[in-house]
Amino acid sequence: MSAREKDRAAAGSGGGATSTSIVLAGVGGQGTILASKLLARAAMARGLQVRTAETIGMAQRGGSVVSHVRIGDGASSPLVGPGRADALIAFEPAEAARQLSYLRSGGTLVTSDAPVVPVSAATGGPAYDLPAVMAYLRASVAPERLVVVDAAAAARGLGTTRALNVVLLGAAARAGAIGLTADDLAAAVRDVVAPRFVDLDLAALATRWDRPIAP
Amino acid sequence: MHREFLMGNEAMAVGALAAGVDVVAGYPGTPSTEVLETVARRNPGHVYVEWSVNEKAGLEVAAGAAYAGARSLVTMKQVGLNVASDPLMSLSYVGVKGGMVVLVADDPGPISSQTEQDTRTFAAYAKLPLLDPSDPQEAYEMMGEAFELSEELGCPVIVRPTTRVDHGSADVLVADEGDWARRTPEGFVRDPGRWVIFPALSVRAHAAIEARDAELSRRLSSYARNAVRQTAGPDARPRLGVATHGISATYVDEALREGDDVRVLRVATPYPFPDDLAERFLDGLDEVLCVEELDPVIERALIATCGRRGLHVTIRGKLTGDIQPSGENTVESVSEALDRFLGRKPAGSSPRAVPHEPEAPVAPPCEEDCLSTEKNPPAPPQLPVRPPVLCAGCPHRASFYAVKRAMRGRKAVFCGDIGCYTLGNAAPLDMVDTCLCMGAGINIAQGVTRVEPDTAAFAFVGDSTFFASGITGVVNAFYNQANMTLVVLDNSTTAMTGHQPHPGTGRTMMGQVVERVSIERVLLAIGLRVVETVDPLDLDAAVATVRRVAEEPGVKAIVFRSPCVVLARPQARSTVDAERCVGCLRCVRELGCPALVPDAATGKVAIDAAQCTGCTLCEQLCPTHAISGGERP
Repeated sequence: MSAREKDRAAAGSGGGATSTSIVLAGVGGQGTILASKLLARAAMARGLQVRTAETIGMAQRGGSVVSHVRIGDGASSPLVGPGRADALIAFEPAEAARQLSYLRSGGTLVTSDAPVVPVSAATGGPAYDLPAVMAYLRASVAPERLVVVDAAAAARGLGTTRALNVVLLGAAARAGAIGLTADDLAAAVRDVVAPRFVDLDLAALATRWDRPIAP
Repeated sequence: MHREFLMGNEAMAVGALAAGVDVVAGYPGTPSTEVLETVARRNPGHVYVEWSVNEKAGLEVAAGAAYAGARSLVTMKQVGLNVASDPLMSLSYVGVKGGMVVLVADDPGPISSQTEQDTRTFAAYAKLPLLDPSDPQEAYEMMGEAFELSEELGCPVIVRPTTRVDHGSADVLVADEGDWARRTPEGFVRDPGRWVIFPALSVRAHAAIEARDAELSRRLSSYARNAVRQTAGPDARPRLGVATHGISATYVDEALREGDDVRVLRVATPYPFPDDLAERFLDGLDEVLCVEELDPVIERALIATCGRRGLHVTIRGKLTGDIQPSGENTVESVSEALDRFLGRKPAGSSPRAVPHEPEAPVAPPCEEDCLSTEKNPPAPPQLPVRPPVLCAGCPHRASFYAVKRAMRGRKAVFCGDIGCYTLGNAAPLDMVDTCLCMGAGINIAQGVTRVEPDTAAFAFVGDSTFFASGITGVVNAFYNQANMTLVVLDNSTTAMTGHQPHPGTGRTMMGQVVERVSIERVLLAIGLRVVETVDPLDLDAAVATVRRVAEEPGVKAIVFRSPCVVLARPQARSTVDAERCVGCLRCVRELGCPALVPDAATGKVAIDAAQCTGCTLCEQLCPTHAISGGERP
């Protein structure tokens, strides 16, 4: 608990003068753009300045995608620099590993544990070694700053994989990693999300789907 | 006024609406597409909005509207400007009556484009004023200013955002809809001396444009967005200066630190260049670092200012190797350049810019202050590569596979084109041998066969690209007696840029349902005798059609018609009978569908229900009939 509070205090001083920098990493089609929009709207509702940058275009077809979110007055450009992210929210473990160098010392990693195996891994490209990826993430990020979301449990509980983006945001908020609360995000969901998905996303926020981290 | 969280493209659309735009046209292209879509979505009712068949058509529609006194906007990406350059060059001489804004989105990197061309350079070539915004708020405000300037000068004005402005979002202060301007255009007034371009008009116009731009350069020196500031206050006497623009200006803002003593010039109008302001900026400086993306436009202009006005200032930038000559700038790359230029100590983190790889962006490395050095850094494992791929169930996969199978063992060339189907180049399909620009594949296929008559030439073109610039290529082939097979991949939308309607869809941006333009009837009207339409997801029929049609002489066509899976709802997904699956993985190796996932433990294939669309292509391919249950949308 005290470690989390310390992280939270540190979160405000990582990127610029008074900004919180968040990087979202995933696979095109996983909902990173909506997730960054929810973060932005939640921050705006708190009266904070927001800058975001998105990957839009060809990479959305199943490629690696990254969204940058910068909250607070210290942010003039929308891009988060390497080693500057207070939080890295990864929708997929290999993408967490790929973008890990965005995370600052003392930053929090929130990642899904469910791999999305690319076609390349089955057609002659480098293999997807999930245990090696997870071991790398555990070795790189201290346990109190690593949140691994049990994506399968969330999908079973919610009846769909569609809300993974909101599940991850909820985990990041509870970890104190993004300077926003689950309630802030719930208000943004009501504001931004299409009406037929609001209840699903609120349910995704209401429950903790984290996997306990083995010491 | 109120605040909204808007993407730069949305902000520019709202800016145009607030300025009372009457007619908006364009052709989709990343990173420009959302501008026109936002105008259509927030149309108060009286604005005419269309997706034109290509950028040239869009620009001409906007020009006609401006001839008639309306405010008009045309949107495109930088390579679209190449298509629209013919009318734009002449329109620069003829001019407009109503305000006309040409919005061209540039793509440093490039992230989603063939080229890294700089529209600022094009503006100087076309002799048209250009505004270069650095964030969504400025982009919003510049739209109104561009319309005013266009009307005052009687010429089109270019607004040139870049990807990070287009696809960056911010809380933007915008006008309430009730305060949006509403004007009544005067209408077209006949005046052949004004609207009909002849050499006599061009002689007059060229001289007038040169005089206008010289005067405009003086005026723009006091345009508030062209600005000089000093980091150590107005009374400081810095010897070093930084000149910048657009998104790079925000990187400079963040990279400058307390204690830096520099003068900063921000150039919002690279053409006409504000020479008088530049001279004031240069006064008393020894050296200037120009921080730009794409071409060294400001750098060249400052060198010219120094030469013209006899100033002894060293101008550094891309031409001197102080700024990377290509690719995107970042806060880190700009910070490093400033460290070298100012002779200052690097900050705690000293990461460096890496070339952007659109297929698989990777976080740039950092040496300190990030977690990899907080303890013994663990070695990262080898990661799977993740380039973009055709979606699970994409009918283009089936089309490529059918042609590949039908032509196995034959000498053939497969010319591709611009769209999602360019991704057919990836393994395991490996079916795109060339890709140049919109519509080019059809003519390139002809050129190859002029040299290699025994090669079976195929040109793949999407439905939207066919209408944009494919038809003339088919006419060329038919007239010149080429021997080739045209393959139209008709998924009934413009998928790559986010599913815009086109002439074959029977829908318009004004919400009308209209008569579709039939691809088959266009081809038959050109004179083709063999035009066959087949569902590519019916594998046997598709392969048989390709074999049959490819044997015909002359120019012949296959239309593979099946809707984009993103728009179609799957009925039932395929499943694998593990008893029957022998683990040959033929489906995986030949199709490369992301929904087919080999199970490392069993060696058999499994289907990812979240991705499968029930297209049944793998079912038709499986030698042991282990896959079943799929139902096509």
